[in-house]
Amino acid sequence: MRHSLSFAAMLLAASGASAADLAVDVEIPSLNVAEYHRPYVALWVERADQSVAANLAVWYDLKKSNKEGTKWLQDLRQWWRRSGRELEMPLDAVTSATRAVGKHKLNFSEGSKPLGRLPAGDYRLAVEAAREVGGREVVYIPFQWPPQKPLQLKAQGKTELGTIVLDLKP
Amino acid sequence: MSRPLKLAAALALCLNLPLAQAHNVWLLPSSTVLSKAQWITVDAAVSNDLFFFNHMPLALDNLTVSAPNGDKVAVDNLSRGKLRSVFDVNLAQPGTYRLAVVNHGVMGNYKLNGEAKRFRGTIDAYAKDIPAGATEVRLGEQVGRIETFVTVGKPSPLQASGAGLEMIAVAPSHPNDLVAGEAASFRFLVDGKPAAGIEVTVVRGQSRYRNQQGEIRLTTNADGNITLTWPEPGMYWLEAETKDQRTTVKAASERRLTYAVTLEVLPQ
Repeated sequence: MRHSLSFAAMLLAASGASAADLAVDVEIPSLNVAEYHRPYVALWVERADQSVAANLAVWYDLKKSNKEGTKWLQDLRQWWRRSGRELEMPLDAVTSATRAVGKHKLNFSEGSKPLGRLPAGDYRLAVEAAREVGGREVVYIPFQWPPQKPLQLKAQGKTELGTIVLDLKP
Repeated sequence: MSRPLKLAAALALCLNLPLAQAHNVWLLPSSTVLSKAQWITVDAAVSNDLFFFNHMPLALDNLTVSAPNGDKVAVDNLSRGKLRSVFDVNLAQPGTYRLAVVNHGVMGNYKLNGEAKRFRGTIDAYAKDIPAGATEVRLGEQVGRIETFVTVGKPSPLQASGAGLEMIAVAPSHPNDLVAGEAASFRFLVDGKPAAGIEVTVVRGQSRYRNQQGEIRLTTNADGNITLTWPEPGMYWLEAETKDQRTTVKAASERRLTYAVTLEVLPQ
């Protein structure tokens, strides 16, 4: 044990920085509605002043011709205001197609796109969903970075989002 | 509708009526915040309730749509119904568009052969439209601006026109970046200069569905500024008016300045 710990410490020292992980489970709930469209969803990390530290994922309709899907990005209101309107879609390593009902796991590593490096401090994860002919919801999970130990944080959406789980690993 | 009548409609908006019984004049865009270049449609009306078509269409003779780079943009499908006017605009550039109806005219009354007559006309035409034998001519100049804003992508700064009564946002506020629960600051200008003591009324739309108007009344401070925190999301109508003696028409004794803007406040 002692040996492996010191070995790990050596590895960390060699890499010059920690490589913490952040994973998010996003649940898209099944909704009993007459007309269902998959929601547009944005995940991002924001600082205490609500400025965006990292855009993690944006799910929207990429397939439509003439970028027609970008027409509805404005409905992800908070994300649009915080950073969407500053960006050119699609975004490498961030944007992808809308997803079906169910649980979706997303993994992010410090130092890699799209998380990058976050200075130590207080943050919150924001998950926003907006659905055509449907509603809109934002769920936040506050967290500290870097994590000192493995930590699981949860938040529960009420309408457009199900359970959001944030897993932090040092 | 004959031209004089059209003009009368344009000028009658809120120009010649006291505040207490003034109708509301407004432009109502289909969207104010857009993530993609696209068409919008705009309703324009004079009404009792906000934003319902229950009085008369707004005259759009003096409508201009300015692109973010200052270019004038042509409108499409402009039509005048019995209760509202409508037009479409293709917003092709990123940035903030200003849609404005700016009316400038002369109103008043005179006597001709002992009979009292009312007069409304343009700045250019009034001198020849008033008969030569007119006596007791009393004229007032009217400058009114009715506007709204729509942004594609990132909001861009707006410049004052420098003429009449108008409003500009005080950074970091922007007319297309308003959110319920957050404060916004605006500055009122008369001929491009900050105007203190201007009374401003703010009313949320959907007024038909509540018993009280719930208007917010504000007065501009020494810098010409007002600050308000939006109580809830919705389309808001903001109106201001003032008077002065700085007429450009020599025969006019007084100048009346009015301003109305439609602003959308989005949820958190």
